[in-house]
Order: sequence, then structure tokens, then C-alpha cells
Amino acid sequence: MATRSTTPAPPPARRGSPALKDATAIVGIGQTPFARRLEDSEKSLACRAILAALDDAGIPPSQVDAFASYTMEETDEVEIAKSIGAGDVTFFARTGFGGGASCATVAHLATAIATGQASVGVAWRSRKRGSGPRPWRNTRTQLPTPAQWSRPYGLIRPVDEIAMLARRYMHEYGATRDHFFNVARACRRHAARNPAAVMHGRPLTRETYMTSRWISEPLCLYDNCLETDGALACVLVSADRARDCRRSPVYVHSAAQGLPAQHHGMVNYWNGDPLTGPSWTAARQLWKTADFGPADIDVAQIYDAFTPLIPLSLEGYGFCGRGEGAAFTEDGALERGGRLPLNTGGGGLSEAYVHGFNLITEGVRQLRGTSTAQVPGASTCLVTAGEGVPTSALLLRS
Amino acid sequence: MSSMMRGTTDNGPLLPEPDEDGAPFWEFAARGELRVQACGLCRELRFPPRPCCPRCQSFDNEWQRMSGRGRIWSYVLPHPPLLPAYAARSPYNVVVVELAEAPRIRLVGNLVAAPGADIDSVDPEQLYIGAPVRVTFARLPGGFTVPRWLLGATS
Ligand SMILES: [Zn+2]
Repeated sequence: MATRSTTPAPPPARRGSPALKDATAIVGIGQTPFARRLEDSEKSLACRAILAALDDAGIPPSQVDAFASYTMEETDEVEIAKSIGAGDVTFFARTGFGGGASCATVAHLATAIATGQASVGVAWRSRKRGSGPRPWRNTRTQLPTPAQWSRPYGLIRPVDEIAMLARRYMHEYGATRDHFFNVARACRRHAARNPAAVMHGRPLTRETYMTSRWISEPLCLYDNCLETDGALACVLVSADRARDCRRSPVYVHSAAQGLPAQHHGMVNYWNGDPLTGPSWTAARQLWKTADFGPADIDVAQIYDAFTPLIPLSLEGYGFCGRGEGAAFTEDGALERGGRLPLNTGGGGLSEAYVHGFNLITEGVRQLRGTSTAQVPGASTCLVTAGEGVPTSALLLRS
Repeated sequence: MSSMMRGTTDNGPLLPEPDEDGAPFWEFAARGELRVQACGLCRELRFPPRPCCPRCQSFDNEWQRMSGRGRIWSYVLPHPPLLPAYAARSPYNVVVVELAEAPRIRLVGNLVAAPGADIDSVDPEQLYIGAPVRVTFARLPGGFTVPRWLLGATS
């Protein structure tokens, strides 16, 4: 009698190519206006941005079967799905740590779609941070565990926590306020070309920067991101399906999250080297699975809640060596025409601060060739989430 | 959540709201002792406190008394917008102190001109990274005792 194996043969191994690489693409982006105050509710803004992204993709809402957002998002998947008219949803995920979650939303959708758990994914962020409350004013619900070790001493706001790292960074590596100004100016100059940017038409001079009021010395007003009402969304599908969509696909080439060993949230003063943040961890994973490296990046969208996060991230993602991030910002390097144009829509400092989601959509525009500060022929883009907090990042390619 | 901060009813400074792991730190502080959690097995110091040792995974722990000496690792001077109790004292200082016994153990705190002085009592010009400091303790209006720091290595 013939015996038959009960164990099915394993599938052929994919050689050297992770299942995620280029398997999915962003095919739709959408956003609301950005302003200090918008009338719509956060839920309504979320629906408008998501419907705009689906319209951009040419995909009906009834085909959406996956959602991803931030744990800080106020409107949950249930409300969104029933409002926009989604179909049966088979994947939904949230990521924590505020602005550290931005790229993780896309990463989770890409994973779900690449592994067949869903076919049309929507990631979004809606926030009334302009007209709504400042989270640090709430003395009852604060960041978990580290709070008892910092807030009683008056280290209360995210800007205070990052200013502490900034002062140390200046001390160790000779970074100056001019380096932070280089970051602020690059974002402002890009916003000048972007009519959707809150700071469109409002140039920033060095004198204005240097004489502005302190928020947490050594950081001044212009080292801080905007406070914005607004919402954004993007739509992900498989690479196969993306070829039939109306926009040219922007592929998710690589994705990573980053929670370094012995990390402690934004008050990250308790490990061996607090100036080596989560970006280093995300970067190692990101580049490990990519076909290209930092030198091949045409344009970057780097999380800029505070200007010092840019030099720290430039080091973490390998654009320069340790301690060289400040010098990297010199000679217009971060501006259009420079060696690494970044935050080409104006970023969180000058377009809108919606927990970094506008950096994702601007990355997509660059690779479609439709940015208002287009880098000619851009075909690769790094997008990052918040540095300091547990983070995430994407490599996008056209 | 066990580690949330509570506000005070009179807009005073925020008080620590210890979690289970952190409670001994505050109890020792109330007795005027600066102690840091260490592994009961391999003796590695760790901060913030946690249930087990990240190096050897032992759940035994002990609280080692520190000399109370350290150096300023970094500092900031917050300005408004701030919570009312802090806005009233702005610009005050917040320092991160690395402890002499274990430079990787860093405590957030405030430099004060004298024991019991307020958090805005030191001229910011006196602050610098690397400055030697020593611990003192202040009893807050809500009854909590927190470590504070004085400039200079000796009393
Ligand atoms: Zn141990």
C-alpha cells in the first residue's frame, strides 16, 4: 500500500528578500485644511481625510478592510468604518507613543496586506491640537511609568524633556542655536512653496529666531512645532493591485519600529547613552532589509516636533557620523537643492503638526513628482516618526 | 494606571505619585536617604525601579544608599506656557544629575541655593554641565519629600 506524507511540502523560500519589500504600495493620500482652529470635530476631520485619500486612489470605501492609527487617536475604527461605509474589516491595529506611531501605521498595514490578512488598508491621524487642550496640562493622565521621576521637578512638557537632551548634545558636540535655526529655516522655506502650509507666506529670519522668546532654554519658540487642527490619511494595497490604480504607486520598500534596549520613553536619561535614541534601532532594521542605503536617499521627511530631533535623527539613520548631525545642517544641506532636502512640505515646524502624518503624505508626493518643493527625479524617500519616543520609519520608493 | 501624577487642588507643584516599584525610593527620601534599587543577586544598580533585574533576571532586590554626590549631566530653564505653580517660578531650573557611584544612574531634580529654598533660587549663570552637586531633601506642601541638589561637592 502506498503511503502518503501527511506533511505538505514547505513553500519555496523567498531568497534574500523579506516578504514586505515592495509588496505593498501607497496609492492614495488625503488631507483636510490645516489651521490653528477648524470647526469640524476630530471624527469629522478623520472621515474627510480618509474619503479624500480613497478618492485619490480611486477605490470605493466599501472595499476598505483594514485600518491602522495611533493609540492617541480619539476616533476608533468602529466609528470610522461605519461612517465612511467600509465593508467587513479583517485587520485593525493601533500603535502607542504619540508621534512615534506615524510610520508604524503604514508598516502594520503593509504587513497585513503582504500576508493576506486584508487587501485595502487605511491609515490616518486626526487631531485638534491647535484649538484643543495641550496634553501636558492634564495632571491626571500622563505618560506612564517615568512621570513620577520627572514631573514633580517641573520637567513637564515634551519640549522640556527634549531641551535636556539638546543642551547635552550642544555640550558634547559643539552644536549651536544656529544649527537648530538651520532646521527651522529649511522647513519654513519649504512651507513658503506650499499653499497648504500654516506658515505659507511667513518667512523666518535669523534675527526673528534668535530674539524670539524661550520656551525651555536652550530651545526657543521656533524650535517647537506648530499647534494644528487637521487630519490626514493614506491608502495601501498590494503591489499587484497598485499597478491598476489611478496614481503611480509609491512602494513600501522597508519598514521598522524601534524600541532600544533599556529605553525609557521620551525622558530617556537612564541608559548608557541618552543621545543614541530609538532612531538608531529603527535604522538598523530598516537598512538591513533595504536594497539601498543612506547615500541613495533623494529626499527625507524626518520627524520635527523639535529642531534638535533632526541632527539626532540624521545621525541615527546614518546620514552622518555620531556628533556630526549639527554640522550636516550647514550650507543649506536640508533645503531644496541641498544634499538632503527634508520636510519639503514644511514639516511639523512649518506645515502642520499632526503627529508626523504629513511627513508620510509629503514623501508620497515627492515620489509621485507632485511636491510643491519637488526634488527633481526623486525615487527614494526616508520617512521617520518621533525620535526620543519608541519610534518607526519607512523607506518609500517609486 | 498606578504611576499617574495627581494635581494639587491649590495649583501647587505636582507631587510624585509612586507606583509599587517606586514607592521605596520615596519612603527613603522621606527619611533623608537617597537610595537606588539594586539587584539582590548580581548587585547591579538600576533606575527607574522595576520588578526584576534586566541583567540576571533575579526578582531579589535591595535599596543601596548613595553618597548623594553627583554631577550635572544637563539642565533646562522652562518658560511659559506652564502649569500655574511652575509659571509663577519661571525661569526655574531642572537638572539631570548623574550619581558619583554610577554615572549611568541619572536623577531629574532641581538645584537650590540652600536646603528648603525654592526651585528658582539659583542664578542660572551658576549652572553648568559637569558641576559637582550634593543632595538635600525638601518636604513639599502636600507632605511629600523629594531630593533637591546643592552646588558644591562638600557641605
Ligand atoms: Zn541581577
